Amino acid sequence: MYALRQWSVRNARVLEWVYEYFEGFMMALHPLWILIGYDRIEGPIRATERRVKAALFDCQMCGYCVLSQTGMSCPMNCPKELRNGPCGGVRENGFCEVKPQMRCVWVDAWEGSGRMRDGSGIQRVQPPLAQGLRGRSAWLREVREKRDLGFFGTAGQ
Amino acid sequence: MEIEEPAPGEPLPILVGHSSPGRLERVLRSGQFAVTTEIAPPDAADAQAVFERASVFDGWVDAINATDGSGANCHMSSVGVCALLTRKGYATVMQVSCRDRNRIAIQGDVLGAAAMGVTSILCLTGDGVQAGDQPNAKPVFDFDCMSLLQTVTSMRDQGEFLSGRALSYPPRVFVGAAANPFAPPLDYRPLRLKKKIDAGAQFVQTQYCFDIQRLKQYMAQVHDMGLTEHCYILVGVGPLASARTAAWIRDNVPGVHIPDEIIRRLLAAHNPREEGIRICVEMIQAIREIAGVHGIHIMAYRQEERVSEIVKDSGVLEGRVPWHPGMAKCLIH
Repeated sequence: MYALRQWSVRNARVLEWVYEYFEGFMMALHPLWILIGYDRIEGPIRATERRVKAALFDCQMCGYCVLSQTGMSCPMNCPKELRNGPCGGVRENGFCEVKPQMRCVWVDAWEGSGRMRDGSGIQRVQPPLAQGLRGRSAWLREVREKRDLGFFGTAGQ
Repeated sequence: MEIEEPAPGEPLPILVGHSSPGRLERVLRSGQFAVTTEIAPPDAADAQAVFERASVFDGWVDAINATDGSGANCHMSSVGVCALLTRKGYATVMQVSCRDRNRIAIQGDVLGAAAMGVTSILCLTGDGVQAGDQPNAKPVFDFDCMSLLQTVTSMRDQGEFLSGRALSYPPRVFVGAAANPFAPPLDYRPLRLKKKIDAGAQFVQTQYCFDIQRLKQYMAQVHDMGLTEHCYILVGVGPLASARTAAWIRDNVPGVHIPDEIIRRLLAAHNPREEGIRICVEMIQAIREIAGVHGIHIMAYRQEERVSEIVKDSGVLEGRVPWHPGMAKCLIH
């Protein structure tokens, strides 16, 4: 929903805080996810993630969430799906070249980043999206990647 | 100055510290004020049309940009135009837009183009399909300009595809990007340039500049951030044919900012077309004075034959004659 999406950008700082705690929570449950099986838990988690993020961000389930680096404005709502900043076609009033009734998601992202405690992520160059991840849970992927890295990091010492 | 006449299609030697054998990189690195322009790709499967359109620039520009479906309109491809131009030895800037091709096609085109003698590549996001003559086309945008920049740069420097698969001979290209200092969010634009430089941009060509004050503010910020030491900046300019054209461009071409003052000046002019040329020449002369600007990029859509006059009147070449086919022959006789 567009109004809620705008609210999320205005409250990027609060959401940044919520996300940090939520990530810790999900990471702590890693043993449980292993016990149940990541593949088996993917379905229910994905369904929840889709509902929550669709409401808050108009999430498109790209599978590789970068909201913490885009001021809580989902870049997949950009008609060009740009993940690295605004194109040169932004209108004088800050609205989109393709959808003139919508504010440029990157104009929002820049404002949202300014409200966050660490808004520097917007300067990080994002790789092209792995198209195979579309429709999958970004939350679980993130937890799994981070925990696996942690595991290998410890094992390597 | 020594004139090197390349065998058509054969590359010049790569100078020490250069990424490409191209003449545009040579001119920029030697500290000269560079002039580039844009060729209108024909709506025809006709090589002669390309050569004729290029020849009007002979002796006045350092490189010619071949647009890639600009404005989302269908024309001869930039790979095709460049392949033809390099046969004659022209320095080309091949524009690559992310709108129409995915990562597999683009990486293949980069290799093919470099093999045919393309020495500069401009990485663009591309206009949305809604802007052009075929609005029902599927927009691809598998890459964005940033990931495209990074991929082309790593093909050249790491000698591998995005997948990590090795190339047996990398594309020796000078990599560029576009910049629009005139579109919102204005305070983010200098940071966006920094991000493009981090991703690999060695030069940028900007959107049309009609607002010198805004450009000065942008350049001051960019200069303070030290970006002009890492990237050559060529400012986009072009002649407006009339007040009506200007108003139409402002309302219909994404990302072009034209102040009212320019439109008023065209309205008041006895001969708007000549006034448009004068505004363009004045703009170039003002741009020339801004610290950190390394050149200009002239986009004279439907007025390509006036480019030579614009460059001449602006005086930016200071007597220098850029290479063009048959130049050595001209000097001998």
